[in-house]
Amino acid sequence: MFESQTAPTYHLETVEEQENDFILNLGPQHPGTHGVLRVILHMDGEYILTADPVLGYGHRMQEKIAENMTWSQVLPYMARMDYLSALSYNQAWVCLVEKMCEYEVPRRAEYIRVLTTELNRISSHLLWFGAFLLDLGAFTPFLHAFEDRETLLDLLESLTGSRLTYCFFRFGGVGADVDAAFLRGAQDFVKQMHTKLPRYHELVTGNVIFRERTRDVGVILPFDTWGYGLSGPVLRGSGEQYDVRTSEPYSIYPELDFNVPVEQSGDCLARYLVRLNEIDESLKIIEQTLANMPEGPIKSKVPKIIKPPEGEASMAVETPRGELMIYAVSDGGKVPYRVKYRVPSFANLSIFSKMARGQLLADALAILGSLDLVIPEIDR
Amino acid sequence: MMTSYAQDIITGLSSLLTGMKVTIKTMFTKGHTVQWPRQTAQLPLNFRGHIRLVANDSTGFAKCIACGSCVRACPSNCIEVKGEKPEGAKKKSPTLFRLDFTKCSLCGLCVESCPVAAITFSRDYALAGLTSEPFAAMNLLDEVASPFAGEEQ
Amino acid sequence: MITEISIMRTLLSILGITLVVGVNAIFVVWFERKVAGHMQYRLGPTEVGPAGLLQTVADGLKLVSKQIIFPQSADKPIFILAPIICLVPVFIALLPVPFSATWQAHELDMGLLLVIALGLLNTLGILLAGWGCDNKYALLGASRAVAQILAYKIPLLLCILPIILLAGTFSLREIVLVQEQSTWFALYQPVGFLIYLIAITLETNRSPFDFAEAESELVAGFHTEYSGMMFSLFFLAEYTYMLVASAIASILFLGGWLGPFFPGPVWMLIKIYFFLFLMMWFRWTFPRVRVDQMLSFGWKILLPISLLNFLITAGVMAAL
Repeated sequence: MFESQTAPTYHLETVEEQENDFILNLGPQHPGTHGVLRVILHMDGEYILTADPVLGYGHRMQEKIAENMTWSQVLPYMARMDYLSALSYNQAWVCLVEKMCEYEVPRRAEYIRVLTTELNRISSHLLWFGAFLLDLGAFTPFLHAFEDRETLLDLLESLTGSRLTYCFFRFGGVGADVDAAFLRGAQDFVKQMHTKLPRYHELVTGNVIFRERTRDVGVILPFDTWGYGLSGPVLRGSGEQYDVRTSEPYSIYPELDFNVPVEQSGDCLARYLVRLNEIDESLKIIEQTLANMPEGPIKSKVPKIIKPPEGEASMAVETPRGELMIYAVSDGGKVPYRVKYRVPSFANLSIFSKMARGQLLADALAILGSLDLVIPEIDR
Repeated sequence: MMTSYAQDIITGLSSLLTGMKVTIKTMFTKGHTVQWPRQTAQLPLNFRGHIRLVANDSTGFAKCIACGSCVRACPSNCIEVKGEKPEGAKKKSPTLFRLDFTKCSLCGLCVESCPVAAITFSRDYALAGLTSEPFAAMNLLDEVASPFAGEEQ
Repeated sequence: MITEISIMRTLLSILGITLVVGVNAIFVVWFERKVAGHMQYRLGPTEVGPAGLLQTVADGLKLVSKQIIFPQSADKPIFILAPIICLVPVFIALLPVPFSATWQAHELDMGLLLVIALGLLNTLGILLAGWGCDNKYALLGASRAVAQILAYKIPLLLCILPIILLAGTFSLREIVLVQEQSTWFALYQPVGFLIYLIAITLETNRSPFDFAEAESELVAGFHTEYSGMMFSLFFLAEYTYMLVASAIASILFLGGWLGPFFPGPVWMLIKIYFFLFLMMWFRWTFPRVRVDQMLSFGWKILLPISLLNFLITAGVMAAL
């Protein structure tokens, strides 16, 4: 109905910064950046000439901290990077150490891990859904999403003891066993989401204002995706079918039957649809783990003091934001010699300045929102 | 072209009405607000408050043997334990068990590392104060009886 | 002719309008928060007064007692003038609005024109606010507000024109009296009614067209730098302007105070708050429209349709 004012051929534009440009500091305290991200915008009226993200306001030296902690003490810090998908980080770290030390993980523990991680993925996507709509100026979807997320957090709290920064997985297993009440709660939640997801689509996806705001906005062309190291829904919105859960399977994912949602158009709407479809797929995974939950121990015996043999290892998992890879070097001692986190938000942010060029300010915020950034994860 | 123009307007309007239907329906459902403090939310069984010491059922003394594994397990160095053997006892008892709750991240590694299950989570959530001092040095021994009670004077 | 009665009448109407503005703001803010709350599985204010009704009074007292912060580089006279320019016209715009056949502060032949003209001053206030405080976000917000004026004002006027053709008068009171003879003009002018609804949402800077204050993009838009009482004046102006726009809408399209059983003012209030509720309903459902999309929406859809509507009405009237 309303044609977009800017063509998606952003890569052809070359804009020179001028001395007397209208410079707008977006952030570090700004409602649209969801955290302490600062973007320096050179603008021509409402149009953005250049956008430079400035990072590091939340830098806590997570990698250095890890070098001063024992292998098990690093675990609680995992939840502090991407606080919205703490369990994916938990999983990356425990899987990494298990890989280095060759610990066995009981089947039941693997099922519990996948079950809780997928619940965590849904809660992360629900929060993103609300926050993205908040960027677009709609307040109600935010609280509608929170209503469902609340059920989910209560559920996870009853198992793990915390609502957001979970420290639940252990080397060789998980921290607590699921009981009948939790399983019933998870089943009820799946049922609840099946009735609620269509309502989200009614409220938001079909809405003409929403579609006009997101269609053809912030298009990522397929040839950019790998060059910028994009991953997760941002990558899959541009037609690339890459998901660590299927491409480089870990845990029990190979045994599960689920699809990797992909959209071709590469715009904000595509990334939105990928995430909403991922909620559906996660529900499928949860249903399967609930149906096939094996009996047995939840933790294998591991030594109290963990000393992985000398060497290095890396572990990649799919967080709701994309591919997280942790690389660690052990010198055989009680503390890691070196830890490196390859975080998805950081790579996904890198394409922002290219996408924002030539766009309207309102679109730049929609793009920023559609990347699903968690700033503490970028800054670490 | 005229028909697509009209069609766009009609589909656009109907999509707006669908959204409005959702919000008006929500308006007549019950709110989910828990009006604290008149109502209280139920704490889950696994709730993690600050840690506390478990007392021995028969003696009432802390089960803690002051071995220090919790101190070593803690990633934030927020536990301080000192202990000595009371007269005639086989194992040590804590003379000091101090928690710096301002640093604690409630990860639970201390609870898991304890060889005698002497630490557990409290269900204390209404913690608020005007200064950080009461939380920077919480004396956890206050809650349990001490075998050194007579000697202190 | 100035008589004692006319002086008394003037004084009483000033008092009445001040009361209406104050009570309306208190009620509408509460009402909006309640509507928003219940649309989002929340309760809205519940604590102060019965069902939280006095919450706005408490908030107002807080705002009044707060310090007004002047930015160092602000253009002080303009900075102070802006909220006043926003608020005063809406006070005056209430003068010719009839709440019943007799409850009217001042009858004017050109009442409708006066209200429309004063409506434009609101944008002037926003422009001054954005310019005076020397803040880039505020400037962007103000420039957006100015850019959209023509896009909605022309369709707005083109929807009012058929009503004037039908009624044959600019007087708000007589427009209602004409509807008493025939029927509500909304039945003659359904398209005009719809466009008018959209236009008043635009005119009052309400979501989905709230890009002048767009909080996720421009922090708080034109009133970013305002605090305390001066901020609340903008707020008061916005809610009073909603009242005026709704009152005009109910007079033009829904027969003003006309209705069975209840006395006139009650019907008038019911219709006004129906419109206010509609605007809240829009706000708490839709995402924000982008500025350029709104402009093309105004010029490419609202304008042609309202023009067509006007021409058809005029043609039919001429043929009859």
